[in-house]
Amino acid sequence: MNLTTEPDRRAWVAQVMGLPVSVHLRGPEVRADAVAERVERVFAELRAMDAVFSTYRPESVLGRLGGALPDPTTADPVVREVVERCEEARARTGGWFDARRLPLPGGGTGFDPSGLVKGWAVERAARHLVDLPGHDLCLNAGGDVLLRTTPGRPAWRVGIEDPARPERMLDVVERAHGAVATSGTARRGAHITDPRTGRPAEAVRSVTVVGPELLWADVYATAAVARGADALDWLATLDGYAALLVDAGGRVRATPNWPGSRLAAQAAG
Amino acid sequence: MRRITIWLLSTVAALVLLFSYKTSTMGAGGDTSAIASGSDGSAGSSWTATDDGSGTGSGSSGGSSTGSSGGSSGGSGTATGSVTQTRWGPVQVKITVSGGKITDVTTVQVPDGNRRDQEINDYAVPILRQEALAAQSAQIDTVSGATVTSDGYRESLQSAIDAAHLR
Repeated sequence: MNLTTEPDRRAWVAQVMGLPVSVHLRGPEVRADAVAERVERVFAELRAMDAVFSTYRPESVLGRLGGALPDPTTADPVVREVVERCEEARARTGGWFDARRLPLPGGGTGFDPSGLVKGWAVERAARHLVDLPGHDLCLNAGGDVLLRTTPGRPAWRVGIEDPARPERMLDVVERAHGAVATSGTARRGAHITDPRTGRPAEAVRSVTVVGPELLWADVYATAAVARGADALDWLATLDGYAALLVDAGGRVRATPNWPGSRLAAQAAG
Repeated sequence: MRRITIWLLSTVAALVLLFSYKTSTMGAGGDTSAIASGSDGSAGSSWTATDDGSGTGSGSSGGSSTGSSGGSSGGSGTATGSVTQTRWGPVQVKITVSGGKITDVTTVQVPDGNRRDQEINDYAVPILRQEALAAQSAQIDTVSGATVTSDGYRESLQSAIDAAHLR
């Protein structure tokens, strides 16, 4: 084997949970059927989770509950786990991520864990690929990214989209492991609810969080958008996570530990 | 068609001149390009940094290097190339750099002697811009952004990156 050549790279894309989900693998066996089967297992698991948790599907477990909190004594183990994670998220974000009283697709307000389910489900489904020896993974679910890299291989380069001009990048971060998650109003308008007012949060245009776990990077980014004005100060207190924030006026700021190159000077100043 | 190709080459030559300027300390009006014919090029090149971290000079006095083409210094700003005299008239381009990467390419001056020139410019300039930006995005493995819906995906940079690796 020639170690100086770039490892082969292959991508798979599927539409799941109303999102484009792309899996990129680098390694010697990306053309092997066994690897393709593992990728299919990832997509299949995400579809299965969507069938349980989608609040847009009246026949899903959450759809049937119609906004009621699942009963932990009778709920399916995955549903129970998500309910517990939502409680943990509420505690970790000082109440700024709160799945209990959100506007529901069918009208009214109620329990909607969608803001957490994506990151949770992607991280869970990715287990089919993270233990693939000798292969690097870059999984992007609608702009939220999970990364794994074999020692000795180059880190993945993740472009951070400019919310004002999505074809341009605000910054590029190199990460070998962990997650990069972005929440904001660029693509879907103000869809994140301020739990204190029950109204769409609009003070922050976009927040990108980099850190070890996709579930928490995603939850923190969403909570920061809901939080608004003082979000950056709060993000700076999170152990192991760094963030880049674009406010409604287009001002770009980052926490002091932000790993990207572009804003290093500004973040320090 | 041949004329378009040659025109595009000369435009790229202007870009090449620009980079030569940045990476070496070539003076204004260098005539290293086979296509750039004139010794005119007196306008010189200029580099304006917008990021105080990049430590570059400005103006046309030369030597204001931001590092090699790798751009690891993370410089940001705009650079305007020398006016390059081509057979069809003067060409000058401007690049915008952010984090050491080209984020935009625009023309400051293009030959506009007649309607035919204008047609060619309208065709070639967007291609040049697209090529330069595509070369940059090739260095990104994936894009993190606010949730892309399935509809928005088709026009996204992520879809272009995915498409490049689907087989």
